[in-house]
Amino acid sequence: MLTFDGVIIAQGDFHLAADLTISKGLTAVIGPSGAGKSTLLGAAAGFVSLKSGRIVCDASDVTAAQPGARPISMLFQDHNLFPHLTITQNIGLGLRPNLRMTAEETSRVKAAIGDVGLDGFGDRKPGTLSGGQQSRAALARVLLADRPVVLLDEPFSALGPALKDEMLRLVQRTLVDAGKTVLMVTHDPDDAESIADHVVLVAEGAATGPFDTEAVFANPPAALMAYLGTRVSRRS
Amino acid sequence: MARSALPIITMVPAIVAGAIVVVLTLGTLIAVALRAEVGSGLGPADWAAVRFTVAQAFVSASLSVGFAIPVARALARRQFLWRRLLITLLGAPFILPVIVAVLGLLAVFGRNGVLNTALAAIGLPEVSIYGFHGVVLAHVFFNLPLATRFLLQGWLAIPAERFRLAAGLNAPVGRLLEWPMLCVIVPGAFLVIFVICLTSFAVALTLGGGPRATTVELAIYEALRFDFDPGRAALLACVQFGLCAIAALVAWRVSAVDALGTGLDRVVQRWDGSRWIDGIWITLAAMFLLAPLSMVVFQGLAGLDDLPAEVWPSIVRSVSVAIVSAFLTVGMALALALQGGRLVAVIGVLPLAASSLVVGTGLFLMIFPFVRPADMALPVTAAVNATLALPFALRAISPAVAATTENYGRLAAQLNVTGWAWVRLVVVPRVRAPLGFALGLAAALSMGDLGVIALFADADAATLPLTMYRLMGSYRMEAAAGAGLLLVAISLMLFWICDRGGRVNVDV
Repeated sequence: MLTFDGVIIAQGDFHLAADLTISKGLTAVIGPSGAGKSTLLGAAAGFVSLKSGRIVCDASDVTAAQPGARPISMLFQDHNLFPHLTITQNIGLGLRPNLRMTAEETSRVKAAIGDVGLDGFGDRKPGTLSGGQQSRAALARVLLADRPVVLLDEPFSALGPALKDEMLRLVQRTLVDAGKTVLMVTHDPDDAESIADHVVLVAEGAATGPFDTEAVFANPPAALMAYLGTRVSRRS
Repeated sequence: MARSALPIITMVPAIVAGAIVVVLTLGTLIAVALRAEVGSGLGPADWAAVRFTVAQAFVSASLSVGFAIPVARALARRQFLWRRLLITLLGAPFILPVIVAVLGLLAVFGRNGVLNTALAAIGLPEVSIYGFHGVVLAHVFFNLPLATRFLLQGWLAIPAERFRLAAGLNAPVGRLLEWPMLCVIVPGAFLVIFVICLTSFAVALTLGGGPRATTVELAIYEALRFDFDPGRAALLACVQFGLCAIAALVAWRVSAVDALGTGLDRVVQRWDGSRWIDGIWITLAAMFLLAPLSMVVFQGLAGLDDLPAEVWPSIVRSVSVAIVSAFLTVGMALALALQGGRLVAVIGVLPLAASSLVVGTGLFLMIFPFVRPADMALPVTAAVNATLALPFALRAISPAVAATTENYGRLAAQLNVTGWAWVRLVVVPRVRAPLGFALGLAAALSMGDLGVIALFADADAATLPLTMYRLMGSYRMEAAAGAGLLLVAISLMLFWICDRGGRVNVDV
């Protein structure tokens, strides 16, 4: 569970208010570009300072904690792997930030590589992998880090439609089924509608929700209507 | 973005590095100022030294920039076979030991040099390389390539489309495009070279001297080494610092040019200018650079048989000092670059205004009540060389460290890869190429240094450049040439090993 408790973010002319609680399962963050979807995630992860309010994970207040000390994993739009480290090392960082691993930890890394279907790629550098394989490696690290909250800031946006769907299903099968709280930014309402349990709308200076996905698309509030326009719902 | 987004590192290494720089630059200055004997003031000889220093720097900088304009323009608009090699060669004087270049210049322009032999053959009087014009000649030799690189960068910064547009309109390229660019670049280039010429002790030591060709730095050296008059040396050091500080301040405000930049091997298609005149300028510049360098190689090869025994231990000393100094430079630069910020930027440029003789005088005054300066010659030389090379190392490393933080800082912070793990696992592997370059540059600069070592060392602690200078002083030119060739070879090899080591197997 992740709570934005009376959060207000202010950066120059930009303002964003968020007062919401994200429960377990997959929650999609949608809204127009520039409205602050990434900023909302950045605030939870500790990269954006708050003007006021608190970030609470499960029962603990993490507002003052360093990014690495929060029970939160995050994948960014790009630069999710270190190009000079092998896939094994990149994934191992989820377990040991200094890479001094025991034999037991090394075998866990190996298992995680297998879980995302990258057996045999452990000694390769990210540059020699395809975009989809790189995404899988980053996801393996999130799995291994095993933190209760996972933030996905459009990490799959550079992939083609088929690969992206495959990754979303992998997220569903691994993270969501393991009972994580997953908050995922997407610029594609279809993604939200097809796999998200809930939807948070970031628009006009505020994050609102979470709404039940089916209900909100069936009967969108005014701000969502303005963003979606005359789009035809997939499920209707 | 919040400050906490950056991987947390302790400030201790940056504070230590900053303290070393401040003690060696400002600290030594205070030591100098406290000992300066203002009582008698500057004598007529001292004023002559000040006038000579400023005059030779002014003439050297003017000639370097003046000749660089046609050479850089020719290089910017002509494509030819050896262009790339020639442009690389323009970077060489930066790491070429001064004393070796002086030896090469002597071989061409000296009493028994190529030029005077030719003049004698056709019955003309000989020209002397010593004194004012010798100092200027050596400075132009070193700084013409530097000025050419500055200006070439300016030329290549003009977008190719504008030349196309000008050609289409049949407009005068010179007045429309080149003159405004020169107005921006030339003052900066002039001032940077002016500062360099104010502080090039080794040139004045070898080609200057005597009442009419003594620079302030040479006067400091003579006051300390021959007259043992620390008060006067300190006073002169204050004067030298004043000169440098004023010039460096002006240069810092005026110039935004970076001579170490790469990407100079592009040619812009042009429709103006004479192919012949450009060819002549390029040939003249190449000959001016290559003749002394080839003489170093020719005479050096001949002199290799004749190397005296003291050369070998001095090589060991020089290489050790260079290695220690290079690692110190890069360590300090990395510590400062990781910290970042305005204060670090100021600390990074402080050594540019420092003269090695002023720093050396200050250290001499600080330590000679306690230990024999000659015993400290090598550690002091390593520390001073490391500090003087710091601005160049910092300029090479800082942008790469900043880019790494920009691209991977959040990921590392997210994964709790902080402190030493961040430096070890992310920063060092990612900035390896500039680290290697900076290491090689610092090693080569230290290898060729003939500044502070001359103040401190006696015969037991001489480095290779100092040994060379002594051989030249006792007219053993063959042996000096042999030592000079070794010195160049070792400097270039150190640079090559480090630079190459940083670039192999880099994953982008």
